[in-house]
Amino acid sequence: MRPFEYSRASSVGEARTLGGRFIAGGTNLLDLMKLEIETPEKIVDITRLPLNEIKETGDGGLKIGALVTNSVLAADERIRRDHEVLSRALLAGASGQLRNKASTGGNLLQRTRCGYFYETSQPCNKREPGSGCAAIGGFNRIHAILGASTNCIATHPSDMAVAMMALDAVVETEQADGHNREIPLRDFYRLPGDTPHIENELKDGELIVNIRLPKPKAGYHVYRKVRDRASYAFALVSVAAIVKMDGSEIAEASLAFGGLAHKPWRDPKLEAMLVGQTPKRKLFEDVADALLADAQGQGENDFKIPLARRTLISVLSEATQGA
Amino acid sequence: MNVTLSINGRDHALDIDPRTSLLDACRDHLGLTGSKKGCDHGQCGACTMLVNGRRINACLTLAVMHENDAITTVEGLGTAENLHPMQASFVEHDGYQCGYCTPGQVVSAVGMLGEIGDGWPSHVTKDIKTGTEISGDEIRERMSGNLCRCSAYPNIVDAISAAAGKTKEPA
Amino acid sequence: MNKHVMDEAIGETRLDRGTQGVIGKGAPRYEGKLKVSGTAPYAYEYLAGEDVAYGFIVPASIAKGTIRSVDATKAEAVPGVLTVISGDRIVRAASQPMAPAAQTIDGEVFHYNQPVAVVIADRFETARHAAKLVKVDYDAKEGRFDIAARTTVREPASMPMEPNQTRGDFESAFAKAEIQYDQTFTTPSYQAAAMEPHATTAKWDGERLTVWTSHQLLETAPGQLSKHTGVDADKITVHSPYIGGGFGSKLGLGPDAVMACLGTIATGKPVKIALTRQNVFQATSRRGETVQRVRIGVTKAGKITCFAHETDTTNSPGNGFFEPSGISSVFLYPGEDRIVSHNIVETDVLMASACRAPGEATGMLATEGALDEIAEQLGLDPVEFRRMNEPEVNPQTDTPFSSRRLIDCIEEGARRFGWSDRPKTPGSRREGEWLIGMGMASASRKNDLMESSAEIEMSPDGRATVRTGMTDIGTGTYTILQQIAAEMLGLPLDMVDVELGDSRFAPSSGSGGSWGANSAGSSVYVASLALIRELASRIDADAETLTLKDGHAISGNRQIPFADILKGEAISVTGKIEPGKQAEETHQASYGAHFCEVAVNVVTGETRIRRLLTVGAAGRILNEKTATSQCYGGQIWGIGYALEEDLVIDKRNGLIVNHDLAEYHVPVHADVPQLDVVLLEDRDPHASPLAGKGIGELAIAGVGAAITNAIYNACGVRIRDYPATLDKILAELPDDYLTAA
Repeated sequence: MRPFEYSRASSVGEARTLGGRFIAGGTNLLDLMKLEIETPEKIVDITRLPLNEIKETGDGGLKIGALVTNSVLAADERIRRDHEVLSRALLAGASGQLRNKASTGGNLLQRTRCGYFYETSQPCNKREPGSGCAAIGGFNRIHAILGASTNCIATHPSDMAVAMMALDAVVETEQADGHNREIPLRDFYRLPGDTPHIENELKDGELIVNIRLPKPKAGYHVYRKVRDRASYAFALVSVAAIVKMDGSEIAEASLAFGGLAHKPWRDPKLEAMLVGQTPKRKLFEDVADALLADAQGQGENDFKIPLARRTLISVLSEATQGA
Repeated sequence: MNVTLSINGRDHALDIDPRTSLLDACRDHLGLTGSKKGCDHGQCGACTMLVNGRRINACLTLAVMHENDAITTVEGLGTAENLHPMQASFVEHDGYQCGYCTPGQVVSAVGMLGEIGDGWPSHVTKDIKTGTEISGDEIRERMSGNLCRCSAYPNIVDAISAAAGKTKEPA
Repeated sequence: MNKHVMDEAIGETRLDRGTQGVIGKGAPRYEGKLKVSGTAPYAYEYLAGEDVAYGFIVPASIAKGTIRSVDATKAEAVPGVLTVISGDRIVRAASQPMAPAAQTIDGEVFHYNQPVAVVIADRFETARHAAKLVKVDYDAKEGRFDIAARTTVREPASMPMEPNQTRGDFESAFAKAEIQYDQTFTTPSYQAAAMEPHATTAKWDGERLTVWTSHQLLETAPGQLSKHTGVDADKITVHSPYIGGGFGSKLGLGPDAVMACLGTIATGKPVKIALTRQNVFQATSRRGETVQRVRIGVTKAGKITCFAHETDTTNSPGNGFFEPSGISSVFLYPGEDRIVSHNIVETDVLMASACRAPGEATGMLATEGALDEIAEQLGLDPVEFRRMNEPEVNPQTDTPFSSRRLIDCIEEGARRFGWSDRPKTPGSRREGEWLIGMGMASASRKNDLMESSAEIEMSPDGRATVRTGMTDIGTGTYTILQQIAAEMLGLPLDMVDVELGDSRFAPSSGSGGSWGANSAGSSVYVASLALIRELASRIDADAETLTLKDGHAISGNRQIPFADILKGEAISVTGKIEPGKQAEETHQASYGAHFCEVAVNVVTGETRIRRLLTVGAAGRILNEKTATSQCYGGQIWGIGYALEEDLVIDKRNGLIVNHDLAEYHVPVHADVPQLDVVLLEDRDPHASPLAGKGIGELAIAGVGAAITNAIYNACGVRIRDYPATLDKILAELPDDYLTAA
């Protein structure tokens, strides 16, 4: 870990003027700083900022302070009642200890678990732009099958963000100049392209202050995570689904996927395919095929294509029967 | 830099490198070596402490971030002469082997029961809208952030179940 | 010195009489309160409050080549850095068990992330960062990383077993066999991943070197450190009273020990080095990956006629140690014509060394899977197939078995588990998305008795203290030695203290190969007998018939407290056990059987363990609680090996890609249901004076195969390429399972 200057902010404004890398839960940032993958020169401790409440918005939605811990968020009665997929996703992630520390804002910014990103002696365009990608042709079991580029095939490891994506969450930020802005989560993340080191739309010094959930999405909520051990492992494939039935037809559907891409994956086309249809096996297969039409395996992760297909079919079957 | 940490009800004034983790502050600077370092990256749970009553990985947080927090380490739960009921239950049920992950398991178990007591659901809770009860499956899921390579898991679950007021984990 | 050589079978002993009633019982651990309260000190935790320095290793960023230069200028310029040690004294990895010393790097890189230098600084944080500033230049060379490439194949050493053992003419017999089974199994490399990373605190006072290190085998440590430091071995003391798990990975001296000693000598300050988890994965040792060909000839009636188990495994240059996958194949199943053979495929990867149950842990994944396949082919119940092929003597040497209760274990297990209720065909039992199956496997673990000694001192108040250079790596050694001494001497448990892990104590076998309890325990037995003789002589009684109970000697109508016999004087005796003719005249092993029920998800291919029962017979059980815990450990390692553990070596560059506990998956709580262990009442009078055998590694032997056999029974997918991760199951899951979902 490189030496850094530490300061503690007591207000959002102060955090902004102090300038530097914000630290909240620290569960990913310190992990990376110890290995000198992240090397900030200044650290601004934002844990004392008044951003740890979950407030109801007028329209039935919720405004989640960026510092609300993953555990508190998962346990919140309103989230459990109205946004169950989010509770489920949070509870499927990490461990009790990590969830008690990890913040809502920080979780969105989690970085990839790619083994070559973590090994500083290996080429990695995300860690060191222009150095190459060792994961291509290497051990890429956990890597992307959608949206990857020849520069980077990393995946986003968050479970929470997948559910947030299905819930149409909006990221509220305060920029370095003091202006606030809102970024819908679907526009928040970037695909790797030629710049895999730039993972989201946040600008230098921009602080996530809240994450807003629109009014609850009615229907059956499910978060299905497939991983290499029964708990405490990152997703190989995960599916967040909210399906509302109207009689025998699918009235509304919202789907998001983890483990498949550089970002939590959402494809509105799939949802459009479902709405107004009667649930049946063939429909689910068509939706899964549409999801995976452009899927590209990298060798070790080829299995994710059939795994994602089967998991989605199973989730849709469960959600349409349960709804 | 200077920081005062409140650990097990006692204030400790320290002059440390800002890079010092809460775990290393305890182990290297305060002689509180009960909390263990197994991975230093939040992957094993051996360093588990309670901060303001909630369990965390002390390896993944900076000591300087914890001024005014109430920190409890394994030393604060009980002593060898006067064990906390959870510690006594681990002895009775042989909930350990080499002992290295044990303080983390014990502290985590105490924190975990607090979470269940507060009605927090888990990944294996059937209906998260209504709440949760202590069961073997709940304990196993919630304790999965504490690795034990000797693999005392079955006895740890028995120890926690017993300490939680259950006699024996139903099979 | 009071010595017992195991030349003859043991008769009835005081342990059988059980006068004090403590042997075998599930006494809580002697050191338990210290462990649960966090006050049992591990190696790194000594010298708290002293002015110490911290070391941090600089790893190589290539896998093979020559070190051209090490530039520590920037690192040395960091305030707080005391020194940077590089050069030939740096060691590649841990030492091999009982080797004269660890391998030094001698200007070369032998594997990726091998230590190249070590930074010593006044603070841990300073050392860690400064290590990043050390610049190393290399002449990189092409490396060998793939076992399958077989680029360099060589003969193994004769440890841990004679690598090639043949009998008759296997090839001819196999060619004539009615049924020829011929399959190849692969197991990946594994990491022991003890929870305590190897760690050392070393203090040089200008004359003596005092070392606290996490080490299973103290006897050889001072000599090894002497070679590395130039300090006379008799001026080196090594302490290892508490060890946070070892599983073989701490049988050799860790690189931390060598470098902490170099560091304290160089700086004059005590030096602490705890390996990082990443170091543990890349600079200690690992279990070698294997490719195992199993060929078994069988009659149509189900009699095994010939047996071959040929293994390729890896190690790095200069290392003869090999993963002896065929170790149980020598004696477990019959066949007149036999081959058990091993080759080392040399690779430029971290050295391979001892890891829990070397041989059985990997070999029985193959052979027990093979047995299951053959039984299925023959239409035989796997239990029946094993019953039909139970040899009467060691099939390789015709030596009689000392005791062999394999079939007892299998039958007891089958009965308890409800084996007769298992699905008769794969895919036939289903609960929602889950297919249910059952599998079984045999367990065997070769038994060894090692030379070991212990001192018992009885103080004037009648308390006994056992002292031996033995270690307790979590196996329960403190407790069983306390129980043996208490039972032998007629003392309540709380009147017996045990002190371990000090190189100045009576030299001991150390903890490894499941021999610890038997060897160290027997030395306490021998010392106890000597102490009893001394007590008896002081009251003119016959030592043989003297009854000892609750701190009293009872002879005829006399009942004398020990304190009255001792008359204010302490007595100290030392006892020693040595292996003898029994080891040659009988073949000794522990036996067991595993029964497992799994659920395999038809959608995802995920496997969950639902039930797992192990029945074991390992002679006298000294503490049923700690012995059971040992078996849980073996079972759960088996779950890891069957389902998730896989140390991935990048075949392009030799990097161990998943070198931490996030990506190298060891089982977590949620992977493990409540398990069942049953230990049969057993005695093996040929094995040791305790009539006990090794148990620490028995339960891992074969258990993974019971799981993969259950997976087959559940879903019809045979796993021969371990571990059975969901992708491998998914690839072969018939699609109609999904349709039915």
